Amino acid sequence: MNLKTFLAMLARDAHVARRNFVQLAFQTLLQPMMFTFIFGRVMTESGLMPPQYKSLLLPGIIALSMIMTGTWAVTMPLIAEFQFTKEIEDRLLAPMNLEWLAVEKVVSGMIQALISGLVVIPMAWLVMGGVSLGDAHIGLFIAIALLVAALSASLGLALGCSVGQQQVGLMFSMVMAPMIFFGCTYYPWAALAKFPIMKRIVLINPLVYASEGFRSALAPNTPHLPKLAILGALVGFDLAFFVLGLRQFKKKAIS
Amino acid sequence: MIRTEHVRKVFGAVVALDDLNLEVRPGEIFGLLGPNGAGKSTTVGVLTTRVKPTEGRAWIGEFDVWHRGVDVKRLIGVVPQRPNLDFALTAREILTFHGAYFGLPSAERRRRADSLLEQFKLTDRATQRVDGFSGGMMQRLSIARAMMHDPQVLFLDEPSAGLDPQTRLMLIEMIRAYNARGKTILLTTHNMEEADALCHRLAIVDHGKVIALGTPQELKQSIPGGFVVRVQVSEIGDGLLDALRTLQGVSEVRETSDGQIDIYANHGGTLVPEVVAAVSTAGATLRDLHISEPSLENLFLHHTGRSLRE
Repeated sequence: MNLKTFLAMLARDAHVARRNFVQLAFQTLLQPMMFTFIFGRVMTESGLMPPQYKSLLLPGIIALSMIMTGTWAVTMPLIAEFQFTKEIEDRLLAPMNLEWLAVEKVVSGMIQALISGLVVIPMAWLVMGGVSLGDAHIGLFIAIALLVAALSASLGLALGCSVGQQQVGLMFSMVMAPMIFFGCTYYPWAALAKFPIMKRIVLINPLVYASEGFRSALAPNTPHLPKLAILGALVGFDLAFFVLGLRQFKKKAIS
Repeated sequence: MIRTEHVRKVFGAVVALDDLNLEVRPGEIFGLLGPNGAGKSTTVGVLTTRVKPTEGRAWIGEFDVWHRGVDVKRLIGVVPQRPNLDFALTAREILTFHGAYFGLPSAERRRRADSLLEQFKLTDRATQRVDGFSGGMMQRLSIARAMMHDPQVLFLDEPSAGLDPQTRLMLIEMIRAYNARGKTILLTTHNMEEADALCHRLAIVDHGKVIALGTPQELKQSIPGGFVVRVQVSEIGDGLLDALRTLQGVSEVRETSDGQIDIYANHGGTLVPEVVAAVSTAGATLRDLHISEPSLENLFLHHTGRSLRE
């Protein structure tokens, strides 16, 4: 690996992300914020939901924002750069093995996902008018945040190198939307007890482990999946998406 | 400096390169001339690490392109057929980030970027993003970017396609100036005048094979006679073909696939009266007659039976 080249590419992505910061922020954070306001504030203050619901919702919102930001940050540029502007070719010709360019894309997506997580926590906390996080487990929280960031960016790599330019809309309605609604973001997995089949099926959704993971770290007293299962699943999904993404990336990069 | 040995590339059922053997010497401007789909861009792809050959090997300098890709990438600069500039960056940033990918220190990056922008007449656009640039400006910036890390070998894939005559001249000057610094240049083109004017040596490629190789002069002289008189007549008989073959200065007579006759000869205009007489003696009617002077176009025609523009 050539560290100078790698860092220069990271600097390029940071430069572009900084320049598009406002647009990126709206694109990925507005929707979670509106959900937070309606479900976390309006529903709880009107008495339709108990105040404890806020502690259930906040981890889900963090997971959702991170996954959306990281995936979007990797997928959309890859689709455009490989299929439309071809601008990635200049970086493919840089003196570095091209696998490292895929790694750079993942690292860049991870950083953006982590920033989005850092922004969304205080924002959601404020929007909901305070959430009790008394028993939060910081070490576990950091581990989950890193794994979820890697998940979002690896998923972004796999999607960005597999989805055609014309299928972007379809990708959002067929992949992202079901992932969000069946991702235990707005409810804990345990709440699916009355839907035994769905309860099993949603376990193939990586967002479930992200939401439940943050729940186990930030609101350990609420129901959540066992920690080991969460960590194991997140590591597994990270590796699977990265390996698949890398394979697709090489297919795109070399004919 | 550039070498390929028995390179073959198959895309599905299409054979893009078929046993391609090339050798380009250091400091040479070498041209690949051929029609669209001849395998020129695939050749550039194989030599620049972007296309994996199905069989055979290729080298840049001492490095095997497929096994020492990173070393190869340090030696080469590539100007693609279609501009692939970074749309998220400004013109100057495109150059400075490219320099950064190649490990240039920041002061050196700025110095080179400013000098190249000046040289390619893009200074007043330096802080603009490239999505509003014209084709010619994009092409100039692509070449500037390829020169940014001062590579030993410069690849230009159809560099003058779609350019106005003024930009084309500027480009030819830039290529010559870069070559004058001892750099090796490989360019692809289907423009014969350009190949003739710019290249020290040329390979004519068709269907993924080199069909002729040499200096433009050598290649032009290799066509029997040099001149081609193409005639269209009402009917072609063996008697007429034989009669044409016996005319003075004629070295070869061929019937083309679309029912015309190509006469290769060492003179052009002065042959016309004799051709007309031979046609009328054979009892046929002359419909059309065209004389071409010695050119690479004729060479291509001679080797493939097709025009470069077809």
